[in-house]
Amino acid sequence: MLVILFAHAVATAVAPLLVYRWGRMAFYPLAMVPLGSLVWVALNWPGPGRATTANIEWLPELSMNITLRFDALAAIMSVLVLGIGALVLFYCADYFHHHDGHTEKRLPSFAAELVAFSGAMFGLVCSDNMLVLYVFWELTTVLSFLLVGHYAERASSRRAATQALLVTTFGGLAMLVGIVVLGNVSGTYLLSELIAAPPTGIAASVGVVLVLIGALAKSAIVPMHFWLPGAMAAPTPVSAYLHAAAMVKAGVYLIARMSPGFADSPPWRPTVVILGVLTMLLAGWRAVREYDLKLILAFGTVSQLGLITIMVGAGGGDLMLAGLAMLCAHAMFKASLFMVVGVIDHATGTRDIRRLAWLGQRSRPLLIIAVGATASMAALPPFLGFVAKEADFETVAHAPSLGATAPYVLAGIVLGSVFTTIYSLRFLLGAFGRKGLPEPSKRVTEMHRTATTFLIPPAILAVAGLVFGVWPAGLDQVLDTYADTVPGSEKYQLALWHGFGAPLLLSALVLAVGTAAFFGRARLRRLRTARTPLGNADRAYDAALRGLDLVSVRLTASIQRGSIPATQSVILSTLVLVPVTVLALGARTRPEFALWDSPLQVVVGVLILAAALGATVMRNRLAAVLLVGVTGYGCGAIFAFHGAPDLALTQFLVETLTLVIFVLVLRTLPAETDSANIKRYRLPRAALALAVGAAVTTLAVFAMAARTGTPIAELLPDAAYFRGHGANTVNVLLVDIRAWDTLGEISVLLVAATGVASMVFRHRRFGAAPRVADAGPSDTDRASAFTNHSPAVGDVTWLRGSELRDPEHRSLVLEVATRMIFPLIMVLSAYFFFAGHNTPGGGFAGGLTAGLALVLRYLAGGRYELGETLPLDAGKILGVGLGLSAGTAVASLLVGAPVLSSALVQIDVPVLGTVKFVTALFFDLGVYLIVVGLVLDVLRSLGARVDVDVSERQPVEAPVR
Amino acid sequence: MTTYVVPLILIGALTSAGVYLLLERNMTRMLLGLLLIGNAINLLILTVGSPSGNPPIRGRTSNGETTTADPLAQGMILTAIVITMGIAAFVLALAYRSYRLTTEEEVTDDPEDTRVSKLSAEEASALDVDRLRAEPARDTDLPDELDALPGMDGSR
Repeated sequence: MLVILFAHAVATAVAPLLVYRWGRMAFYPLAMVPLGSLVWVALNWPGPGRATTANIEWLPELSMNITLRFDALAAIMSVLVLGIGALVLFYCADYFHHHDGHTEKRLPSFAAELVAFSGAMFGLVCSDNMLVLYVFWELTTVLSFLLVGHYAERASSRRAATQALLVTTFGGLAMLVGIVVLGNVSGTYLLSELIAAPPTGIAASVGVVLVLIGALAKSAIVPMHFWLPGAMAAPTPVSAYLHAAAMVKAGVYLIARMSPGFADSPPWRPTVVILGVLTMLLAGWRAVREYDLKLILAFGTVSQLGLITIMVGAGGGDLMLAGLAMLCAHAMFKASLFMVVGVIDHATGTRDIRRLAWLGQRSRPLLIIAVGATASMAALPPFLGFVAKEADFETVAHAPSLGATAPYVLAGIVLGSVFTTIYSLRFLLGAFGRKGLPEPSKRVTEMHRTATTFLIPPAILAVAGLVFGVWPAGLDQVLDTYADTVPGSEKYQLALWHGFGAPLLLSALVLAVGTAAFFGRARLRRLRTARTPLGNADRAYDAALRGLDLVSVRLTASIQRGSIPATQSVILSTLVLVPVTVLALGARTRPEFALWDSPLQVVVGVLILAAALGATVMRNRLAAVLLVGVTGYGCGAIFAFHGAPDLALTQFLVETLTLVIFVLVLRTLPAETDSANIKRYRLPRAALALAVGAAVTTLAVFAMAARTGTPIAELLPDAAYFRGHGANTVNVLLVDIRAWDTLGEISVLLVAATGVASMVFRHRRFGAAPRVADAGPSDTDRASAFTNHSPAVGDVTWLRGSELRDPEHRSLVLEVATRMIFPLIMVLSAYFFFAGHNTPGGGFAGGLTAGLALVLRYLAGGRYELGETLPLDAGKILGVGLGLSAGTAVASLLVGAPVLSSALVQIDVPVLGTVKFVTALFFDLGVYLIVVGLVLDVLRSLGARVDVDVSERQPVEAPVR
Repeated sequence: MTTYVVPLILIGALTSAGVYLLLERNMTRMLLGLLLIGNAINLLILTVGSPSGNPPIRGRTSNGETTTADPLAQGMILTAIVITMGIAAFVLALAYRSYRLTTEEEVTDDPEDTRVSKLSAEEASALDVDRLRAEPARDTDLPDELDALPGMDGSR
């Protein structure tokens, strides 16, 4: 089984390449895949009650293992799926041969989708695990969407594809819930075990109904039938395969699979039988009124699916046998007829029966095939359709499971069959008849010749219908292997001749009434109602979609009005209301209060409070920024008291850098903000702010009170020391235990850095900060002009870049101090970096320290000094950093360890002695480089580049001499 | 776990001040609000993590504490601190750019949102362009495109 799935997967992957290479001819080799799989099916044919199984552990935690089970029902379905799949692929080669010689752009993907569908369908019928079945189920839905929407440039195709997708995924989602309910009630997700011991009770009934919704939606049973006629916008091979033989049978398959266990579940039989009869009648009624050949067949399919659903779903071995016979017969004649329609459409350019006349005379072989298949559809002896229909009548009439309702169901089926006779005649005479015209219609006159290979697949299917009609015992034997396992079997045998009896009488009655009705249609037409009874479902679907559109637009409009504060208010109000309500309604632990953790907190706390309050009322931007900075430093102090030296260190460094960035930008903005802006909606804002603060505090109180278990944190120090080889638990957390987080974080930093640069540079982000050698004549001229006037210009060059600066902006003290301190800071940075694994520090702290050193050089020496300090492209530093960190992850994979794991390395170095280091150091080096790159990028853009912008906007006045 | 009142007050006050600033339309002040909220949340994670204790560095003690502070909370906060800096830099670049372009720093109403909120019922339901009505099939002898539905596009 796995081999078949694998073969289909490979074929799906190579199909586009083959089609690119060989065009439509590629369908022939592709058809070999399902055909070859069919050989496997034949060789591994399961005996009665036996099954081949395969099991692959996938997600045992979710009870989701790939458990495949190839039993009799799966084998029967596989023959239909793979056999008709092979024929359809074969047929495609001619179908996509266009007379005007053009090739279809989307043919490569079409071929892949069709092959994938065949594999998914096989997986569906072989899955024993219901969750895996669901996966294949939705796979067929998605592939159906793609295949129906093949002519994506047509609005009708897009609509049909969307409709099919929405209806069947709606059912599919209901089914998923049902599967989970049934799985939880019964404790198993294996279909075989579930059906062997079906759960009972209300929960199980709900689960059954939900699964039925999925199955009925897939099989186009009223009231979810309307997508199937719409799906006729698909290319005809798709209609023949998905919408006649395979996908719509998936729902029927699931019903057949589950009815042995669940037919006696309270909601099962009423649902299946009532909806089945209703579908059969409504769709039959609709089919006799269509003019499009494909739509006649589509409504006919819906009608037949209703019948099959009753047969396989009502429960009982004989009904099952009759239902499966009908299923096989239907797959054969309906696929064949769809292919015939495809040939007609292809040759004449129309499927409208009003535009076809005398086609039978012009294309004899096609007529013969169509007559064979239609005869099976209309249940004429000696075709399989007749055998199956006889079996249906006989078993329904005597079905113990239907009880007193059997006569009514039988009457429904007989009436439905009358419709079948009528639309069969309508199809055959509509497509091939002379219609009393003296000569062929224009489309038939101009029709193209049909290739023989084009006719082979429908012919094979039509002949199969005849063979099994004459020799039903062969089919009986095969179907019995499953039907006999169903309880309530009375050993009905499929046969062409059962002697005179009620079924034969009914068959004759159906044919007579149907034929009479067809030929007396002119008289019956007066009885026709003005409205189409089935158009309503389609309209209801439209109305539902329109309603949803409207609701979503209104909802969006009401919560997202375009004003940022309004939108934020909605979000923040949700933050206040929802968790607090949940907290108020749910169980709570009573918190124990204490005043403070350490008295120092109080002192710092007062400072932070004052600063935060000040920041809200301060109009001056710089003052507000500084006050916010105070809260940041205050937090750093609290971290330090708390026992978090790493945090404190990082917080202080980050706070300083943030201040610098703020100042770099604020110099381009006005000093004060508009006071009208600040005062707007002051009270409501304050009220919401207080509410959010109170909500967060309340949640924090109960979150702390709710902690009862032992925190994982207690295990971390030992884990970090013995397995991560580092004494500093926080650093080991960052570079080893939770290194994925850090990898994500540095990626964010990289994106932020790139974002900053692209906001400022706009044209291109590459390149390093400008160096002295790059300075333009305007700068060098100015520098030489100052040479003799500025006291800062001495004999000693402290910082090369600062010589190009306006002396007014230079400070000798700062330059000298920078020159002295810079190496010290860099040493400190290196120390933080290397010692971080065991003492406070690490890549972040090291990188931030190095960044501050860069800031110092830039502030003291100006933009050219930045280039002189680190003449590298910030983008490259960032890239190397991320590459290094990600490389560590990959490297540990290559040596067979889990991603991002680290190892201790010891080497003997001549002078230094034994050097120990952990491979996580390379990861940390990546972090270090990214932080340096970020700071460099910020300085380069918000610093150096904005310098240029500012000086361009305000031309420097001539220096006062 | 005992709840300490002073950190709680700090968390609440910082959040409130942050939210108040965030609800303005001025970009730098919104950023300041975000930074205040960031500080509040960092404090929140820290206090919810564990009471104060020895630094989570093997062999280090402070003030005769007996327990060790929660390293996991610290790791998360460290990540948050650095990311906040990256975001601050980005928003500031954004503010700079917007000021250069419009010489104002206020966030104006989003035109697309405004348009959506003004859509009438008919316009809203007309958004889905693929919805169409089948017309009765037209009588013609020209060939249809392959697989065209009668009355829909592709059929003549």
